[in-house]
Amino acid sequence: MTMATERDLGRPVTVEPASFPETVWTEKVTIIDLIPRSVAMIGLLVIVLTLWWSVHHFQIVSRIILPSPQEVAADIIFVGKNLLSGGYMLAALWITTKEILFGFAIAIAIGFTLGVIVGETSFGERALLPYLVAIDTMPKVAFAPLFLAWLGFGIGSKVALAAFIATFPIVVGTAAGLHASDENARMMFKSLGATRWQTLFQMKIPTGLPHIFTGLKIGAVGVMAGAITAEFLGGGKGLGELIRVAASQLQTPRVFSLILYLSALGYLLFWLVVFAERRIVFWHRSTVAGIETRH
Amino acid sequence: MTQAVQTAIQASAERLGPPVYQLRNVTRSFAAGRIKALDPVDLDLREGSFSAVIGPSGCGKSTLLKIMAGVTPPTTGSVMLYGSPVVGPRTEIGMMYQQATLFPWLTTIENVLLPIKIREGAAAATAKREQAQALLDLVGLTGFENVYPKQLSGGMAQRTSICRMLITEPQVLLLDEPFSALDELVRDFMNIELQRICMSRNATALLITHSIPEAVLLSDTVYVMSPRPGHFVEAVDIDLPRPRTLDMMTSPEFGEYVRHIRNRLDLEAASA
Repeated sequence: MTMATERDLGRPVTVEPASFPETVWTEKVTIIDLIPRSVAMIGLLVIVLTLWWSVHHFQIVSRIILPSPQEVAADIIFVGKNLLSGGYMLAALWITTKEILFGFAIAIAIGFTLGVIVGETSFGERALLPYLVAIDTMPKVAFAPLFLAWLGFGIGSKVALAAFIATFPIVVGTAAGLHASDENARMMFKSLGATRWQTLFQMKIPTGLPHIFTGLKIGAVGVMAGAITAEFLGGGKGLGELIRVAASQLQTPRVFSLILYLSALGYLLFWLVVFAERRIVFWHRSTVAGIETRH
Repeated sequence: MTQAVQTAIQASAERLGPPVYQLRNVTRSFAAGRIKALDPVDLDLREGSFSAVIGPSGCGKSTLLKIMAGVTPPTTGSVMLYGSPVVGPRTEIGMMYQQATLFPWLTTIENVLLPIKIREGAAAATAKREQAQALLDLVGLTGFENVYPKQLSGGMAQRTSICRMLITEPQVLLLDEPFSALDELVRDFMNIELQRICMSRNATALLITHSIPEAVLLSDTVYVMSPRPGHFVEAVDIDLPRPRTLDMMTSPEFGEYVRHIRNRLDLEAASA
């Protein structure tokens, strides 16, 4: 007796008769999941711009409050030209960039050091951490007037507030990172007679790097907020001041376009951190809002 | 039951070399003595012997191993290794854990060399590179020396961790369920590898395990532990020829040993 089901097994493995309907089926896929990312992004942008344009066109809100997309686009080009020609806006952009970079550098230095003290020593964990948590729960921009009073209206007060805001997530990230090593790894280093420094630098810090970079990413966002807030409150010559002046003159297209350039700066800083993370923490997949960034 | 232990010690004394490890009255308790993790344990490991400790979860097996490794201090008792007290980590000891515990930022060979780097510095580690390569070749990891652990399978990772244990040329091996995270096929293979390594180096080994067949397959003596607070209730001498093979696992004697130990464990579990 020959049966189709015999195949290569050399003996019948199924019971006759072998006549069944085909049961091929497909999983349900919604149309929205099939749209490529770029198309989805552009599509959403078009929808938002159309809505914006309609609100302006039909004067749902006053045209003084909400400029048209075209006006904003024209101003973006105007500001872009000013930046490229080395005009006063470039000088403002440079000042804000300096504030952000200095603020971030200080935040990394202080945040990492405090994080190691909190994460590694029981003094830090018992004595220092409660105070850090207490300060962290405060609305940190409320300290801006204090920094202005102490450091004046120059770049110093802006750097200080930027650093102040960005420090805490880095402390938390570093301290959490140092606790991320598992029991086995710690026992292994202990059984090998490793010193505290060896354990810290060869095991705990590398293990904690993903957490540390999470802190850095949150800090990179905070540093922008700190610098701009300080500029709003304390004048100076940065982009924040330009925004404040434009808003006070009801030049809303200018406000929108300056915000866009400011976002580009923040975006750049953020991706600089992500880029560094990919290079340094090559064994760990970095995520943004829980979604994997492409490798 | 103390008698059984005594008989076992005497029996192995006739067969094997001088004592390497000697534990007397070793206990461990927490919370100012209110919680006992380990009841008094006496243990002699003789040179070149392979012993296993088997017992239910939480009976204090791992605590015992940590005390022997000098990672955790005992509450009472004394632990002697080669005639000197164990009061901290010792270079004669090599350890393996349930998880391979490889570090993802180090390549396979860098992971193997890590103990040397920690104990003797980076220069010494570089000097031992050839030996590390030889060990990797021995366990069949040729060509994987420069890949990162992410690219290794579970079995390959554990083989790397064997190399890391052996690179320091330890005379004593403390093994904390080293292969329990592996699937059964790989595990059998690894156990035979482990036996080969121990025999070729005349190493003294102590294995903590949950698996009765694994304990019987590898050991000269299997120590059966009671539930918490753990202590030895029986020392079972495994009188099977060496080298042991996987075929022996189907023999009636092997089955008898397994049955005996299982009954003993069930008895303890019932009386606990």
